[in-house]
Parts: sequence; structure tokens; C-alpha cells
Amino acid sequence: MNRCAVIGVGQTRYTTKRRDVSIAGLVREAALRALEDAGLTFKDIDAVVVGKAPDLFEGVMMPESYLADALGAAGKPVTRVHTAGSVGGSTALVGASLIQGGVHDRVLVVAFEKQSESNATWALSTHLPFSASLVVGAGGYFAPHIREYMRRSGAPAHIGTLVAVKDRLNALKNPYAHLRIPGIDQAMVESTPMLWEPIRYLETCPSSDGACALVLASEDKVTGTPAWVHGAAMRSEPIFRAGRDTVSPQAGKDCAADVYRQAGVCDPRRDIDVAEVYVPFSWYEPMWLENLGFAAEGEGWKLTESGATALDGDIPWNASGGVLSSNPIGASGLIRFAEAALQVRGMAGEHQVDGARLALGHAYGGGAQFFAMWIVGRERP
Amino acid sequence: MPSDPLVARHVLEFPGGYTRTTGPVIGRFLTELRARRLVGVRTAEGRVLVPPLEYDPATGDPVTGEYVEVGPAGTVTASAWVREPRAAHPLDRPFAWALIRLDGADTALVHAVDAGDPRAVPPGTRVWPVWKDAPTGQITDIAYFAPEVTKIVSPVRAEYRLRAGGALRVFLEGVARGVFLGGRCARCDQVYVPYRTSCPECGGRIGEPVELPGTGVITTFAINNLPDPRAPEVPFVSAYVLLDGADIPMIALIGDVPAHEVRQGMRVRAVWVPEEERTPSMANVRWFAPTGEPDMELS
Repeated sequence: MNRCAVIGVGQTRYTTKRRDVSIAGLVREAALRALEDAGLTFKDIDAVVVGKAPDLFEGVMMPESYLADALGAAGKPVTRVHTAGSVGGSTALVGASLIQGGVHDRVLVVAFEKQSESNATWALSTHLPFSASLVVGAGGYFAPHIREYMRRSGAPAHIGTLVAVKDRLNALKNPYAHLRIPGIDQAMVESTPMLWEPIRYLETCPSSDGACALVLASEDKVTGTPAWVHGAAMRSEPIFRAGRDTVSPQAGKDCAADVYRQAGVCDPRRDIDVAEVYVPFSWYEPMWLENLGFAAEGEGWKLTESGATALDGDIPWNASGGVLSSNPIGASGLIRFAEAALQVRGMAGEHQVDGARLALGHAYGGGAQFFAMWIVGRERP
Repeated sequence: MPSDPLVARHVLEFPGGYTRTTGPVIGRFLTELRARRLVGVRTAEGRVLVPPLEYDPATGDPVTGEYVEVGPAGTVTASAWVREPRAAHPLDRPFAWALIRLDGADTALVHAVDAGDPRAVPPGTRVWPVWKDAPTGQITDIAYFAPEVTKIVSPVRAEYRLRAGGALRVFLEGVARGVFLGGRCARCDQVYVPYRTSCPECGGRIGEPVELPGTGVITTFAINNLPDPRAPEVPFVSAYVLLDGADIPMIALIGDVPAHEVRQGMRVRAVWVPEEERTPSMANVRWFAPTGEPDMELS
């Protein structure tokens, strides 16, 4: 398998409404920034991989065809990736596989969402005839699983608010972050209403417009500062399966085990320096801490409570502010992968974790049934 | 007051309206306007006046004979919002009177801007003329100005004909009778509901449907504070209900109990709509309601 490196990262400033650009203009902004970071132009790119959430969100069918011009892809292979909320991560992994498999030398990976013109909750709640589904958007789906986590682990009720505060404090250090809430604290989070109890308003992610892009290169085509891919894995499982553990899905455990094995990670908390993990509802931090093996079952909330996952903790999670601070859905997974790369390249700016050498990027989607992860490192694997 | 004989309405309006000779300068402007072109006139000092005047207000000199095409777009320099338009106003909805400097002009003309919202016309807003259908050579040939087009509405519609077939048909025929039908995987011995013909875990074949009771236990739930058309009120509880004898829960509405009294482990039973209202649809189940039995221990 050929080595693959991230040599360029480009992000737009995530915000509620980008009224000044079309979807094409939005993705191009991220793509040009990634190319500039790599010191390259569209001419240097062999293939383009595009990811976004379901087409029904913006109602643009097969957006990759429409976006080919904006991404300089005329005459090049263009691939669309679609794995629900995990799509940003899967898009990076498809791009990396094109390099690792020796198909291409330089691949542009782009993911986006224009949530201001996306009818996401409607698109997630298309009520089919004969059924009587009562799920109102993503929050309505995930709330019962959070409740079950709280019951099983005995976690105190304030753990969710700790993550909601921690990630928003980190966002204040990230110039691309959407939510910047000066003076954010536990009392402010607790003062916001329950939307889908036990999920409060400020324990949910925002709706953002934005795009993220990466330039991936094979070993002899590396320009600039590389973040090397040490492991890459995807897993999925059926949403309706008897005995499925919706709190800590098997697919997540298997995906983590695979990516750790590839990267030589034995103890993720010790061996990984920083993690960008898909946490759209604050309670998913302790839940994923356990699912990803950073803490034993039932102990994830204790790690959060101890401050270990804060920017100055021993295993910072979501130094960028995470999905809780910026959520252009289709891009949210790719942003995790991009931020992991920025950390090991030493280019994360004010939210840089000192001396980060190995970083985890993580995304999940659907009913917590699709998982995508990579581990990137400062050194060549 | 209307009954006061010493109060009367008095209208001064010359029948058909006054005529006005335009003179060459204003006449040229209006003639161009009728052809949907906007022109200004250059002064001796080189300024472009829009709308044109016959004599330069700065010097009193006649303007030159040079006409300059301007616009059609322009920039708002100032505006006043009209909340309640009057009968003679160019628009019958709230609008802005604005000073608009057309591109290439040195002065601003007054016209209406259809912006929807007073916040949408700050100084600097770019506006374009919207023309009347049949121009006649009047300033009202421009019906109004409007901000630039920045957004369109794109209707997207897909229509399907869904036919419940196979396993779903079997399940819904059960629901029409007021029973839940499940199926046991012959290989891994798990009971799935709704009924299906293959096991999502092992791919094994699922045999004949089995009737499950309408009772079960709430494994977990959410209290929803956002409205849903199928829920009778807010807050409402959506729960995972594991039917007795099944190995996979169903999502269902919980009723007949205040939202904050719902518990994990609570025993519930399906409340079916009256027989005469039943259709082959899950709408037959109004909700699940507590049975009053002791809670079950969850693992």
C-alpha cells in the first residue's frame, strides 16, 4: 500500500448564512485555500472526491456534477461519497484509498453543506405511508440513546453541560468556528430549554454553511508540510438488528480497533495526542470516549469531568470546538479529519496542542451506524 | 361630523389632467425612457445630471447637447420607508422612497424601491429598474427599482407510488386486525417485529409470522418539546417499546401518562383506535399506555 499524506487544508469560515456565494462558490473557496496551502493549482490534481449529506437537504440532485467546474474537475474522475453524517470522514478515506491504491498521486477532497438553504430536519423526517415514525430530526433520534447511556453509566446530569462549555471555549480560539459565545458557562447552558429531553438547546450543534477541502498526495508528490495517514477505517452496521447496542455500537468499536491496529496504537489515551471526534450532542463525548476505548465502559463521563479532554488536559478532544461549534453537516466529518491533520502539521494556530504527533479524526452518521476514522501523524509511518 | 351640513368635500382636479411641453432636454430623457434606456445630460462642467435638467443648477448655464447612457443599475444613497402606501403611490405594498445614483450619473433620482423590508435598503444597496409592460414616456415607465437578484426559489418534487408488498403487507394486515406480527430467525433465534423475511444479523431465513402480544416495556425514551403532527400535544414522549417476546424494540408514542412520569422499565400496552377507524397502517396504534404493573428491571 502506498503512503498517503495530507498536504493542504482549506476551510471556509463557518456561519449561519453565506448569502454571498452559491454552493459552487462555497466549495471553491475551501478548495482554493487547500490548494494554496499545498502550493498547488487545480492543474496539479488528478481526481476529485466530493462528499455531502443527502441530496434532499438542499434539493440539489447529484451535486458533484454541478460542482465539477467549480472544482477544476473537467476531464478528471469525480466521485461522490454518501454515508449520511459520517460522509465527510468517508470522503477523506475514499480520497486516501485512491492514493494508497496507487490509482492517483494527488486527490482533492471536498465536503460541504449550505444549511441555510438546506431543509435538514424535514429531509430526515420524510414520513412514509403506512408507518408512524415519531422521530423529529436527529435530536429526537439520539435523545433516547443518551438517556440510556446516563442510566447505564450513572453519569451525573451536568456532564453534558461540561462538554457544551468546553467545546465552545475551544471555538473561541478557532477563527473558522461558527458559534462564538463570549462568557459561555455551565449556568448559561443550563438556562437553555430542553429540546429533546435529556438534550438541551446549548447541548446541540448549530446549523452552519461551510465547506472543507483537503489535498492528498502520494509520497513522492508531497509538497509543503505533510500529515501522514497512519490508519484509515470504515465500518457500518444495520440500524435494525436484535441486540444492537445503540449506546456503544459494535461498528464503532470495530472501526476503532482496525484503525488503532494499522497505526500501532495500543492505548489510545496514551498513544494519541489529540482527537477530533464527531460530537453533535454534548453527551456523545463520554459515549464515544468509551466506544473508542479512551475509557472503560461506564467511565467516559469521569474522563470528561476530570478535565482530561479539555485543551489543557492530557487527551484534548475537539480542540477546534468540534461539531458542537460548527456544523455544515456534510463537511463536519471532513473538518474533524482536517483538524487532526492541522494538529500534527503544527498548523492549528491558537488551538494547537503542543507537540501533537499523532491525531485521531472520527465521524459517525445515520443512526450511529456508519463510522469513518483515520489516524494521522507527524512522522512518516 | 359627516352629518354637519357646513362640512363639505371639495376636489380640484382638471378633467383629463394638465398637459406639459417637455422642451428638448426632458423630452429626450422621456423618449429614451419609452425605449427602456436611461440617459443623463452632460453639463458644461462635465457633470452628468440624471434626471436631466435644462439648466445646470450649479451655474445657471444651459446644459450641453451631449446625452450619456447611464444605469440601468444604481446605488441607493438615502431612503425613507413608506409603511402605509397611499393610493397614488407606485406600489400597493410597503416600499422605500430612495435617492438612486444610476451608474455613470453624478446626481441621484428619486424612485420607489420594492425591498420588502426597511432593513433591506441601506445606503449602498444596488438596485435595478423593473419596467412597466407598455412604456409611454413617463417616469412611471419604471414601475419601481428592486435589489439585485441574490436568491431564487427552486421547487423540487418527487412523487412515488408506494405499494406495501411482501413482509410489510403481512405485518400491516396484522395491524389492521389489531395484532403485531413478528418473525423468528431460524438460525439465531431472534424475534423481529415488524415481520420480515430475512434476518439483518445473520441473513438467515425467517419463517411464518408469529403473533406478539400488544404489551411490552419501555427501554428508553425522549421527551420531545418540539411539536409533531402525529403527537397530540407538547411535550410528548417517543419511546422504544420492546414487545413481550420480541428481541428488537419499536419506536412509539406514549400516552395516558404525563411526560415526566414515564420511566425506563415501565410496562405498557398498545392502545388501538376503535375497530371502525382501523386501516392497514401504524396509525391504528394511538399510542402505548402504562399497564400499571410493576416496572421491569433493565439489564
